[in-house]
Amino acid sequence: MDFNNIDILIIGVGGQGTLLASRFLGDAAMRLGRDVKVSEVHGMSQRGGSVETCVRIGENIASPIIDRGMADVVLAFESAEALRALGYLKPGGSVIMNTQEILPMTVVTGAAVYPESIPERLSGDNFSVTAVDALRAAEECGNAKCVNVVLLGVLSAHFPGISEEFWKKSLENTVPAKFLELNVRAFDAGRSIAMKSM
Amino acid sequence: MRELLLGNEAVARGAWEAGVHVVSSYPGTPSTEITETLAKLSGVYCEWSPNEKVSAEVAAGASIGGGRAMCCMKHVGLNVAADPLFTLSYSGVNGGLVFAVADDPGLFSSQNDQDSRFYALSAHVPMLEPSDSEECLEYTKKAFALSEKYDTPVILRLTTRVSHSRSLVDVGERKPVPKKPYKKDIRKYVMMPGMAKKRQAVVKERDAALSAESDSWVKLINPGQKLGIITSGICYQYVREAFPDASVLKLGMIYPLPEAAIKEFAASCEELLIVEELEPYIENFVHQIGIPYAEGKKYFTPLGELGTEKLKNSYYGTTAPCAKIGAESDLSTEDAPSRPPTLCPGCPHRGVFYTLSRLKLRVTGDIGCYTLGATEPYKAMDACICMGASVGMSHGMEKAEKCAAAEAENGTCADDGIRGTVAVIGDSTFIHSGITGLINVVYNKGASTVIILDNSITGMTGHQQNPTTGKTIRMEDTYPIDLTMLCRAVGVNRVRVEDPFDLKKFREAVLEEIAAPEPSVIIAQRPCALLKGVNYGLPVYIDGSACRRCGACMKLGCPAILKDGNDYRIDRSLCLGCGFCVQMCHFGAMKKEQPPADGK
Repeated sequence: MDFNNIDILIIGVGGQGTLLASRFLGDAAMRLGRDVKVSEVHGMSQRGGSVETCVRIGENIASPIIDRGMADVVLAFESAEALRALGYLKPGGSVIMNTQEILPMTVVTGAAVYPESIPERLSGDNFSVTAVDALRAAEECGNAKCVNVVLLGVLSAHFPGISEEFWKKSLENTVPAKFLELNVRAFDAGRSIAMKSM
Repeated sequence: MRELLLGNEAVARGAWEAGVHVVSSYPGTPSTEITETLAKLSGVYCEWSPNEKVSAEVAAGASIGGGRAMCCMKHVGLNVAADPLFTLSYSGVNGGLVFAVADDPGLFSSQNDQDSRFYALSAHVPMLEPSDSEECLEYTKKAFALSEKYDTPVILRLTTRVSHSRSLVDVGERKPVPKKPYKKDIRKYVMMPGMAKKRQAVVKERDAALSAESDSWVKLINPGQKLGIITSGICYQYVREAFPDASVLKLGMIYPLPEAAIKEFAASCEELLIVEELEPYIENFVHQIGIPYAEGKKYFTPLGELGTEKLKNSYYGTTAPCAKIGAESDLSTEDAPSRPPTLCPGCPHRGVFYTLSRLKLRVTGDIGCYTLGATEPYKAMDACICMGASVGMSHGMEKAEKCAAAEAENGTCADDGIRGTVAVIGDSTFIHSGITGLINVVYNKGASTVIILDNSITGMTGHQQNPTTGKTIRMEDTYPIDLTMLCRAVGVNRVRVEDPFDLKKFREAVLEEIAAPEPSVIIAQRPCALLKGVNYGLPVYIDGSACRRCGACMKLGCPAILKDGNDYRIDRSLCLGCGFCVQMCHFGAMKKEQPPADGK
């Protein structure tokens, strides 16, 4: 994958920190001298709803949003959200996903069913899936809230042309200084999980 | 310097660079960050005002006094501020005056999908529409000069995808602008019939001059093609991708529309499309000026937002290929359960809606996080129309019933199973426009019960201060309006403060107040769980050996309480430890303490 020309759709549950992830990627693209657009979701969906954020990087980007079949990567912070976002993925694209399950209120109240074993069953011959337990990794780093940065670490490993130091500078630019050390640990954890599986 | 800015941040930056003196706004998605960003910059006075009408009036005063001023709001906020806008169009300005108004095509965080462009048309106020963050900065900056040049307020029209997208912007420095001298001029600023009639003629002349100005705000891209497209704002970006070979006339000023430029462009192409979100605003105009063959809504839906793929699909009938789950898997994307927004773990509103739902009351609702009380599992809301409406609506419901009963032969209305009606409204929302409804209840001898959900902050828009919190937008201390005293002052004798997490007491309070034959207010007071300084400590856990699996805890609809097969458990990564659920368990299985090592 080429980080210089890429459309990344980040999907998660409101409150999981998708905005920080998109700002991190936007910062990295800007430092590479690329054109970049990021579309964010604010407001009602942030209250536990499904939240999509788009990051588009290239020579000259027009639309800030990723439509059906446009994403090179779907970065999903939650299992069912990975499934929901599949229609955005290009044929040949990659799903990078957290195996964590957060049950929506529709499932809690019994109005809907949460599909079992999504990471194992989410497969097809025209896309690839990388599934990691980012919640466990984040908890091992000391804070369950770092799921987003663990996943950024996983994503970063897919771009061998870009150094670890380069990414860490973007981390420094996007997370508050007092949480930097924790987030660096989370990023490293995600990166090493991905490296091992490659 | 080049920065990756949100459209809203770029608007703020543009206003700041233009030397704006006064910014007064009411928060509303997707406009909120404009004012929040400005409040962090030096040299400019910023405030949250109680509602959009007041904010527009503050900005109007600042402008007439000679300063540059701006007010920012979401589309429905302009309904509230429309009264000053329409007459400010007549009076004109002194210092530059800009209304930044953000529409929300697709209703990401709104109760309707209204198209603010018709306000510009109707009020005869020029409207600019940027298509990315760079233009947000540029257009905002120019808007102040335009306002002063043509002696008119200027509306900057944004949409969600412009306001909430980041793109690269060259930022500059602030250029202080001296206040314009103030000169008393009652023929211009005192709008009584005699004076206003004369100003109508001025507005007409201004419209004509602005129409010529509008021609200079167009950009012509890729001229000379058979297919020509007229568009503006975010749609321009979609058009660039969906129709890379077409000629495009991109409009920057969308009221007045550039008649000469449009006619010239139309004459140069064989097929003409109009690409715009929501209503056929540009299309109507193009037809009106004698170009009947232009097509817009024939292809592109007036509902919701557009996008690159939607444009291609609507015009060419093609569908983009996408990744597909293989035949060997029995999973389908349709299997993803829907995930509507919900009240957060620890949310104080949960106590209110659990209670109202158990009591099966009729509830008139309002605009804020607490509108989510309408959703599963509470379903404790019957109507929600606009900000501040809950109080008036509950009064109207009661009056209709009383009037009909008085005329009925047996003196009562048919029993529709309603045990009582309450209005629910937030602290910020109550100040916005609920207080006037309450005055009406008292004045007209109503007996409504109003529950003010006082969580000490404006929640849904992301924690803005308001007149009840004791802090200004810049976090300076100020007088916190006392809701109890305020309600008493307008004549409500029955005002009580209750904790929505004390279920027994709260339920009793609601029952007492709906039974009372006079107006009453319950202030349900507990801070938003996401506020800094709210720290509930240890999360709860469920002791499996004490749990009888009755499911009572699930009725709270807390996202942190889960059912695993036949067992119940707490997702401790979501639980904030508010402990509200502990009182639901009659068997002592819910414990706010560290679980034993194997107790996970």
